[in-house]
Amino acid sequence: MMEQMESLTLNDDPSNGSKPYFDDPLSSSSQFVEIPTDDAGDLRSPLQKQTPIPSHNSINSILEPPSYAEAVFRSFDSDQVDASDINGHDHAGLESRSFSSDFLRISVSDPLKEQEVSGSLVPGGSSYFSYLITTFTNLPEFNGTEFNVRRRFRDVVALSDRLAESYRGFFIPVRPDKSVVEGQVMQKTEFVEQRRAALEKYLRQLAAHPVLRKSEELRVFLESHGKMPLMRTTDVASRMLDGAVKLPKQLLGGESGVGAADVSEVSQPAKGGMDLLRIFKELRQSVANDWGGAKPAVVEEDKDFLERKEKLQNFEHQLSSVSQQAESLVNAQQEIGETMGQLGLAFVKLTKFETEEATYDYQRTRAADMKNVATAAVKASRLYRELNSQTVKHLDKLHEYLGVVLAVNNAFSDRSSALLTVQTLLSDLTSLNSRIEKLEAASSKIFGGDRSRIQKIEELRETVRVTEAAKNCAVREYEGIKESNKNEFERLDQERHDDFLSMLKGFIVNQNRNQGLVIRYQSLKIRNRNRNHTPL
Amino acid sequence: MIATQRSGTGSMSPSSRSPSGPYLTVSVSDPAKMGSGVQAYISYKVITKTNFPEYEGPEKIVIRRYSDFVWLKDRLFEKYKGVFIPPLPEKSTVEKFRFSAEFIEMRRQALHVFVNRIAAHRELQQSEDLRIFLQADEQTMERARSQETGIFKKKPTDFMQIFKDVQSKVSDVVLGKEKPVEESNPEYEKLKKYLFQLEDHLAETQKHAYRLVKRHRELGQSLSDFGKAFKLLGDCEGNGLGKAFSEFGAKSQILAIKLQREAQHLLMNFEEPLKDYVRAVQSIKATMTERANAFRHHCELAEAIKFKEIDMNKLRLTRSEKLMEAEHEYEQLKADGVEATGKFERIVRTMNEEIVRFQEQKTLDMGLAFHEFAKGQASLANGIADGWRSLLPKLESLSSS
Repeated sequence: MMEQMESLTLNDDPSNGSKPYFDDPLSSSSQFVEIPTDDAGDLRSPLQKQTPIPSHNSINSILEPPSYAEAVFRSFDSDQVDASDINGHDHAGLESRSFSSDFLRISVSDPLKEQEVSGSLVPGGSSYFSYLITTFTNLPEFNGTEFNVRRRFRDVVALSDRLAESYRGFFIPVRPDKSVVEGQVMQKTEFVEQRRAALEKYLRQLAAHPVLRKSEELRVFLESHGKMPLMRTTDVASRMLDGAVKLPKQLLGGESGVGAADVSEVSQPAKGGMDLLRIFKELRQSVANDWGGAKPAVVEEDKDFLERKEKLQNFEHQLSSVSQQAESLVNAQQEIGETMGQLGLAFVKLTKFETEEATYDYQRTRAADMKNVATAAVKASRLYRELNSQTVKHLDKLHEYLGVVLAVNNAFSDRSSALLTVQTLLSDLTSLNSRIEKLEAASSKIFGGDRSRIQKIEELRETVRVTEAAKNCAVREYEGIKESNKNEFERLDQERHDDFLSMLKGFIVNQNRNQGLVIRYQSLKIRNRNRNHTPL
Repeated sequence: MIATQRSGTGSMSPSSRSPSGPYLTVSVSDPAKMGSGVQAYISYKVITKTNFPEYEGPEKIVIRRYSDFVWLKDRLFEKYKGVFIPPLPEKSTVEKFRFSAEFIEMRRQALHVFVNRIAAHRELQQSEDLRIFLQADEQTMERARSQETGIFKKKPTDFMQIFKDVQSKVSDVVLGKEKPVEESNPEYEKLKKYLFQLEDHLAETQKHAYRLVKRHRELGQSLSDFGKAFKLLGDCEGNGLGKAFSEFGAKSQILAIKLQREAQHLLMNFEEPLKDYVRAVQSIKATMTERANAFRHHCELAEAIKFKEIDMNKLRLTRSEKLMEAEHEYEQLKADGVEATGKFERIVRTMNEEIVRFQEQKTLDMGLAFHEFAKGQASLANGIADGWRSLLPKLESLSSS
């Protein structure tokens, strides 16, 4: 795998102007990336010259693993193959990547079965698979330029969870499924390979994100040996206890001495923290929001955001229907290719038979012509297969974006839950303050004051202070998420524009190329046909 | 010889329309639904252009239906033994399909080819039945047709023959002579084997050709739906990318139409000719059966003559009164034998000529069919390539924005 990442080769084939893509069919070990720079344009057909260099800057050169090359059928003399398929990001960004200075290339390989170290609850020890994560980079955030670690799927889940915590509001790529059931159904090797590919794709997506690629979480994952540090989120028990102990204290006025750490904990999503009491409160708040007459103090007002949300929903709906149609298109292409192949074989048998049984010369000549048609049909069927495997890769972009939509929806939930937290805290404050008022009113009627009441008021005031601080924290968090949303949207819009355009182009060019080859074959036959089509 | 033309609209064969020499060209066109309900059927316009002396005028138009064609075929099969009678398209078994545009067009084309083949055949074109078919008014045609149905087709002497055949078959079985008498002609055997294998190859090719037609249609449908979905996506996207999606979707739909057209072209100009030749081989097999029957008849008579001769000699020795009668019968049998042998030999001769004609025609027709296949595929590929390519400049302009 490693050598492939190094070899970016630009092949110039000056022989034939009519063939769009140039490839050396002989060197199968290294991979080829289509880099449509301007100077290469002269050697290509006019329609190829015009691939532009897009503006956006993802810095990931990703090359295809060898399995794709094998899948692509190369049987003809000088047939060209489209090898410009990239996992996880669009073609168009490549030129900028290869010419930009910083890069972060990740690959996942070498799955190994390992035994669970003792200490697990299951006696006898269970086994799991680990994968070799290899990184090449020149980013300053990392300690080194080449390194690798072994990670298991559990570590990836941890990475994903940590990123979700730290980068709320960002469109974080969604990690591969755990899909345990599927794993039991499939062949082990198939499953492991699928998982390996999925992990690689995921990590590359992270590496392509301008902010996430520089995250500490990712760095630790890629660099640090040994177990991934335990997550706060996994420490369920202590979190629960903390929450259960601290919040009542805050509310009912307990120890003052609640520090900034606790306050910031409040700004974390309640659900993630397994903070039961808080969950109940926020749930109550959300119900109040939905059903209650009183409008919450802070409301999602950003029209822009609401518009985008609706637009995204539409987009998702249409995109998934396009994705479905794309799948059936690919199926139909496959079927026609297969039938063409079968027809070609039937042709071959028929013409062979006629040639052998021919009693007249004219029969033999005609049978020879027909044989050309037969071979062309068989070749056409192979072309269809090739066309299809390329189509699959291009249209895979559609599928990817369905994943992106998921990520965006997650970011929206972040935003909603952050807003909910703010609203909850605000309503807490309101109710606290009204209690204080009531108490003050009551105790002012008593001469000299009511000892217990005064003490209570003091406690409440303290709680208010803490809650106020928490609220401010939550508001900051919410604003931060809104800002992240906004920036991410801009990034997404640009990337989406570029990605989809290059997908369309790739699809079209691919169709062109193969059709061109089919034409070449068919016109061969027609020439023969006309030449021999003389009346007897 | 007039080359059979498979035209989409049933136009006349343009070849050999020399005003000086004799010509006979026919077209079958304009299918129209007649009647209603269970009685409904399709009628066709049959236009004859000829200068044959027995025929009326330079042009005559009559209306015929499928069963009229069947009548013609049966009559020709009866009268012209040894000739490979051109095949007819099958009766439709599926009710729903019977009146579909596709089926009607396929049938019309096949009927057109059928009549033209007859008109182009040196012997068959002289047939009185053909003239009736091409010229008679509807009532005469209907009368002729209803007379010939079923058992009434056979003449009285044929009746006797049928009974005799059944009798001899039964006695053969009883006597243990179950193996039917067959020619031992190695060349003929080779021909039979060739034809059987040819039928298999043609049938397989035709099967895949039909599937390919279906695949074209399916791909066309898929591409059309694909395009539609992209257009919707483009609508909700708006701005430059949305426009790209919409154009892409629109283009997909246009190309889907090309696919559908090619499917139709493949069907009529490639698959149907193949199917036609499968039928043609089956028709030849029917002729081969006739030849076998004639041969058997000739053999049986030869054997009967032998026995009769033995009988006669016996009677001669005993100076029986039955000798006169036996001699008379003997002479009768000999005459029958000569006739039967003559019939058989005629069939053999005719078939030999027919085989040559068949091979020539098949080579031409198959060549044409393959040409159409190649042409269709090439033009489809061209069309699709051009279509997609025209979209590229628009996409280019969008991505640079």
